[in-house]
Formats: sequence, C-alpha cells, structure tokens
Amino acid sequence: MNRFAELLDRLAYEPGRNNKLRLITDYLRHTTDPERGYALAALTGSLSFQYAKPGMIRGLITERADPVLFALSRDFVGDTSETIALMWPVPDARPNYIPSITDVVTSLNTLGKSQLPAQIARWLDALDETGRWALLKLVTGALRVGVSARLAKTAAAALGDKDVHDIELMWSGLEPPYEDLFAWLEGRGDKPSTRDPAPFRPAMLAHAIEDSDFEKLDPSDFIAEWKWDGIRVQASAGVNEQGERVVRMYSRTGEEISKSFPDLLESLNFNGSLDGELLVLRDQRVQSFNVLQQRLNRKAVTPKLLLEYPAHLRAYDLLVDGDEDLRELPFEERRKRLADFIARHPHPRLDLSPVVSFTAWPELAAARADPASAGASEDANAVEGIMLKRKDAPYLPGRPKGLWWKWKRDPLTVDAVLMYAQRGSGKRSSYYSDYTFGVWSEVDGAETLVPVGKAYFGFTDEELLQIDKFVRTNTVERFGPVRAVKFGPDEGLVLEVAFEGLQRSTRHKSGLAMRFPRISRLRWDKPPREADRLETLEKMLDGIEHNRSALHTTAT
Amino acid sequence: MAHNAYLMPMRPEDLLVPTPSGVCCKPGGFYIDPTRPVDKALITHGHSDHARAGHGQVLATQETLDIMRLRYGEDFAGSTQAIRYGETLTINGVNITFHPAGHVLGSAQIAVERQGCRIVASGDYKDVPDPTCTPFELVKCDVFITEATFGLPVFRHPDPEEEIAKLLHSVSLFPERAHLVGAYSLGKAQRVMALIRKAGYREPIYLHGAMETLSRYYLEKGIDLGELVLVREKKKAELAGTITLCPPSALKEVWSRRFPDPVTCYASGWMRVRARARQSLVQLPLVVSDHADWDGLRATVIATEASEVWVTHGQEDALVHWCGTKGLKARPLDIVGYGDEDETDGVSDQGEAGNPA
Repeated sequence: MNRFAELLDRLAYEPGRNNKLRLITDYLRHTTDPERGYALAALTGSLSFQYAKPGMIRGLITERADPVLFALSRDFVGDTSETIALMWPVPDARPNYIPSITDVVTSLNTLGKSQLPAQIARWLDALDETGRWALLKLVTGALRVGVSARLAKTAAAALGDKDVHDIELMWSGLEPPYEDLFAWLEGRGDKPSTRDPAPFRPAMLAHAIEDSDFEKLDPSDFIAEWKWDGIRVQASAGVNEQGERVVRMYSRTGEEISKSFPDLLESLNFNGSLDGELLVLRDQRVQSFNVLQQRLNRKAVTPKLLLEYPAHLRAYDLLVDGDEDLRELPFEERRKRLADFIARHPHPRLDLSPVVSFTAWPELAAARADPASAGASEDANAVEGIMLKRKDAPYLPGRPKGLWWKWKRDPLTVDAVLMYAQRGSGKRSSYYSDYTFGVWSEVDGAETLVPVGKAYFGFTDEELLQIDKFVRTNTVERFGPVRAVKFGPDEGLVLEVAFEGLQRSTRHKSGLAMRFPRISRLRWDKPPREADRLETLEKMLDGIEHNRSALHTTAT
Repeated sequence: MAHNAYLMPMRPEDLLVPTPSGVCCKPGGFYIDPTRPVDKALITHGHSDHARAGHGQVLATQETLDIMRLRYGEDFAGSTQAIRYGETLTINGVNITFHPAGHVLGSAQIAVERQGCRIVASGDYKDVPDPTCTPFELVKCDVFITEATFGLPVFRHPDPEEEIAKLLHSVSLFPERAHLVGAYSLGKAQRVMALIRKAGYREPIYLHGAMETLSRYYLEKGIDLGELVLVREKKKAELAGTITLCPPSALKEVWSRRFPDPVTCYASGWMRVRARARQSLVQLPLVVSDHADWDGLRATVIATEASEVWVTHGQEDALVHWCGTKGLKARPLDIVGYGDEDETDGVSDQGEAGNPA
C-alpha cells in the first residue's frame, strides 16, 4: 500500500501526461502480482465494492480526537478526509504489518457493513500519513489524481511496448488483478483472449481541416456528414457464452458509460458495434448541446430525467455486424451496410446520420455556413460543422492522417479585457498562463468590467511570453498565485477570445458561461474602452437559444 | 530553583512582558527578538523575522552574529557581544543563559532568570536530529515561551531521510530533467544538502546565487555539504539530471526557465497540507521542517515541567487549548511580525538574474 500511496501522491501533483505515464509504468514494473493488478484496477475505476461513506469515516475520528482540535485542523486543511489521514492518532502498539491493496480490496469485497469501521480503523493504525490518505481515497471510491482509465492502460501497455488499443479490445473481458494481462505484457504468456461479446473498439478520430488543405483534396473522394454537437459514443451488443445479452455504451476513450443511459441501452437490440453521436431529441428534433449538458450534469439518473432528456443515438459508422468485423472495408461500403443494418433494427431512438450532398467545395462551404437550408433544417441548432470522410478509408484506431477531417463552424469571438492572470503548473509554473477576462457592463450606473471567462490556451509560445511580461510589469495586486493587472478604459490588454458556445450560468457573476474559450489574438492595437459589452454576449446567447444560424451571420 | 529567602519569588509578568514588538525584560532593560529597533536586543537565531538590523546592542551566539553580518552588512548593529551555549551573563541583575535550540546553525533558546523565576524563550526550535546544527537541549523552567508554527495535530513531520529518498528516486526516474528544490536559504537549504549527501548522492549540488553566501559560511564552519556549484555558470543542457537548491520564490520566477523541463520541489513543513502544496504549484512537495511538529511541541512543553506556557506565533489556538486539557496555564502572546520564514524570504520577485536563459 505504501508504494501505491506514494504513486498517488506523486500523480496528484504532476500535471504532465508523459510524466504521469512514466510514474505509473515505473510503479507497475517494480510491483509484483497481484498488488499491481489491484492498483491498475483502482486507477482504471474497475473496482466494485461497497464503498465507505464519508460519514462513517468522520465517525472514526470523532471517537478518537478532541473535537476542538479536529475542528481547528479541519479548518486549516480544508478537507475532512485529508484531516483525518493527517491527525489520526497512531497507537503506541502499532500493528507490525502494512496492509496491501490486495488485502484492502479482498476484505472490502467480503466484509459486512458492520465490520467495516473497525477494519478501516485497523488499517489506518498501521499506515503512515500518505498511506492513510491513499487508503481513504481507495475506500471512498474517489481517487481523483488526474488519471483517466485510458492513461493507466497506456502506462500498462508501455510495460511490454504493446499498443494500448490491444488492451482496450480485451479489457472488458479481463478481471482484476489481471495476472494474464501482465504475463502477456512481460512476454511470459499468451495474449489474453477476448471473450467479451461487447468490447470497446478504439475510435477513429479526425483532423481539423485548414483552408490550404482543400486545394490538395478532390471532392469526389469524400462523403460529407453533419458534425453533431453531442457526445461521441460507441454502442456494442452481443450474446455471451451463457447465452445472455450484453449491451454496453462507451465514450470515445473507452470509458463505459452504460449506467448513465439505461433508456438508450433498451433500444440496442442488435448484435454488433455502432459508432455515433449521443444526442437528446424532443419531438424528433435534436436539441442543442446546452440541453444535453443538463442531462450530463446530473449524477442520479431519475425517471424524470429520462423523460425530459430522452437520449438518442445517431449512427454514422458500423464496426461490427453480427460476427463480422467491417473495419477493414472502405467507408463507402460500411455506410451502405450501416443503412441496411439500421433498417433491419428499427427503433425510434436509433437513426442514421444523413449525408450532406455536394459536388464542389463552395457548395459544401455554403452548407456549413447555413446547415438549416442545406438539409439540417430545425436540427441546425445541434450542428457544429461538417465531417469529411474519404470513401476508401478503413476504420483505423487513433487519428490517422488524411482520412477523416472535421470542418468546424467558425467560432464565436469577443474582444475582452485581461483582468487576472494565474501562474500555470508544471512547465508553465514560471508563466502567467491562465487568464480571466471581462467585458464592459453598467453596474450601479458605472462602466465596469465584469469577468466572463477564463482561458489558458490558444496563444502561441511567443504570445505567452508577451502576455507574461505584460502581467509582470502591470501587476496591481497579488493573491497567492494570482495577480490582478491594470485595466480600465485607457489601460490594459485586450484579448480576442474565441469560444464554441454560451450557456446561462448561476455560478458566474455575469450570468453566462463560455464553452471552450481560448485566446485567439492579442489586440495590442485596441484600447480597452472599445472592448465588447456584456449585452453583446447576451444577444449571442439569445441567438443560440432561438436560431443558431442567424447568430453566426450577425455576431461576427 | 534557588532564590533569596527574604524575597517572594518574582512573578513571571514582572520579569518578561510581551509587547506587540517582542518580549521585553524591563528589569534587564532588553528585548528578545524584537521586531523593531531597540537599544538592547537578545537574538535567538538569524532568520529575518527574529533577527532584524538596526538595534543598539546585540547579544547572540557568534554564528547568529556572523549570519546577521552576512545578511545585513558590517554595521547591522551599534555594538555586538557573542555568548556561548551554556554561558551565563548577568544583565542588571537578570541572569541570561543561551541553550541550543536545534533550529538552524547558531540558534538558541534564551533562559532568563531572576529571584527564583526562570523563563525560557525558545525562539524557533526542533527536537529532532539535524546534521547542520547543535541538537536541541531541554531546559526546565517555570514559564516556557514556545512557537506554534506547526501547532496542529495534522502536523507530524515524517522522517526527512524518506523525503530525500523521494527526491533521489525522482532524479533517477527523470534523468533528462532538472530538479529544482525550493528551500529557505538559511538552515533549510543546508540541511537538505546535508541529507542529500547522507543518502549517498555524490554529484555536485547546484545553487541559486542567493544561496551562496550562507552555504559558504556553513562550509567554513566545518559542515560538509560536498561539492557546490553556482548554477549561473552552467548552460541549460548541462543541468539535465542535476539538483539545484534555490529560494522558494525563485521557483515561480523567470529564473527557473534556464532549466530543462524542471521538476519543481519544495522542502517545507507546509507541504504536509495538500492545499498549501497545490497553491505553491510544485510537482514534488518534500515535507522537511526545521520546526517542532505537534508531537514535538507537546513533548517539549511537558518535559520542561513549566507550569505556564506562552505561545508566540503560529497555530496558537490549538496549542493553548491542548495545554488547558493538560491543566497547564497557557496564553497566546500576539506578537506582530513573527511567522513562516518561507514566506518572508528576502528575495525579490525578479530573482537573481531577471532574464530567462
């Protein structure tokens, strides 16, 4: 447990993806079975036991500590679990063993609820501060160290120089502690066979297209589709060895999300694997991402939620039909098979993503600018651009070059004024690289800048140096890692901020929140008094809520 | 404790009075660690929140006087007098003895005694081994004046050797990156270097310019820190796989851009608390402290056999509360200006060089 605790501790502070990978691989290489397998299960969220409730953990400390000292400590530390880990009174006779993750996982699988508090207390007695912190994370089921399942699997693949896609394919057929997986990765055993009838297959991704790319491409080689503003999912279904139907939904990265969409699972009465977009449809109409977000934000899947935000799958690719793997076939062929497949498995919650017909690029550009008139009609609200797919492209994992392109609609932009800057972390820890910006609004009769968002990318390295220098020489106040800079009608820095959408938000003072904001240009030439006003953003939001097409022509 | 039979024992408040600018001994006519200039000052140790320039007379250990001279220049005080550990001087009828505090090189607790009443002003202290200074010595007393920097039960410092092992493991795991260790330039930095040597690391250790003077002074005093090299003499690529010590503030300055993909580390007792560590944006927090932790504070208070405890700075509420539960009279002193030396490190935001390499 101690080494795992040290790993979690280090991961929690390490922002860099490659560095996280190196730390996890190093741990897996130097830890034996079955310990590392349970660690991998913990990192990939594959453990399922009766989690301990925060209230029970709090009960353990109140039996053992002076309440005044606990309250003062909790105030200082800011986190109950961490406070308990740090102040846990170590008994004079400390147990002479240190629990392993294996001990913890196997005990939690078998222990009755009433035995749980005493067992957790015994483990806490035996561990040190970092060990107790990690244990409490493990038993409450919330690791939160910035590691996705995909990242942990990638680190495991690196043990044997294997492709993470292979691990994804076999993953749902594997069980902790994955001894067969490690044996294969280390060249000591055969590749574990995939018995799972509904596995995840690594998704194929697109590159963003640039204006200069079009001259090199022949329109007749491509099929165009709408790029839907939902979430990319893979739906797999089949029959297992016991003759039971297995149906699963995966995110783009292979995280299983079936539990969140029980309404959709029922509609998947096929054997095979579909790639498509998860959307919310009401009266046959695709709702905007803002509406889908309402459903995604809820933790509990209630009957009311299912009724108000019905989930729908709009399919655009067929990877497997029955037992037949279609991924080697050209896209044009797969699309025909897909149309046929959907016709054979009709369901109101499943349909085919339509093709956008065109013969020349200008025609497609017009469709992108105005999807409503080009066939998307009232669904235009949920179109975020065009997908271009080569007719002869097989379905390949990852982001192969030149086969799939995404051509997003132009982002929305506003000119905003830099208000606060925060230092980044890792490589950026000496740079002020996270920016809070605001637009003008009249507050109590005075022209004031109201913060409307925060962005930490979009700029070039050269621009980062320029902004960093501006922040350092124009600081008026400091709060920890944050600096307030000079701003006013005649002083300050104007940033052109690009973003994908707007939502109403009660959490922000301005009443709205931007989607994917980034710094698109530095406007050294523009006096801050000429930056945009909050009313401009409010008009854009009205546009989004009523008719998105009109918005793109009026707002830019 | 011996006292004259015809006099009532002196009341502690008549011997030492806390004032907002430090503890004052009226009968002796001096202050201990005053936070503003006074005629006569007794200084426990060289950290800038305790040792300030501009006093008339200063009484301290030779090391503390040397450190003040290195930091503030030759004329940091009107006159100075050195005192050895264990030596007793009498000032206006008040007996003064300096005892090792185990905090940094030259650090002392000051015992003040008159008419059967002994008060120990401990300054900052720690009760664990440190290869760079004389170990803490317990002094029994009637009133113990203690710090409470880490005066909460959440602070129990780990074995510093294990923290250094984490650093060295990271250096071997990321040989193409530089490791930058933020550490206070007096005491902490030298202790970290000594611990790195103790762990068997033989490569040169690199220094930020602000670390140079005091580290050289430690070397002169016979403390072995191995080979030290100034970082400004090196090119970026040469710093891959190396360890550099710098003031914590330098981690966020443009100065740090001269290193290849640095792993930022911070050696401080505050690193125990994640919110504090995260706020400093470091990637490898090292929990190494030169202050007594919660267990150390409590054990020391009990062992002094003091019937009364005055708490100068830090988390005084918790320690005062705990004293109450043990039947000890305790009160906070509310002196303005003592604090965490990490946050008062006297290095400007612009750093030593100002420009990225």
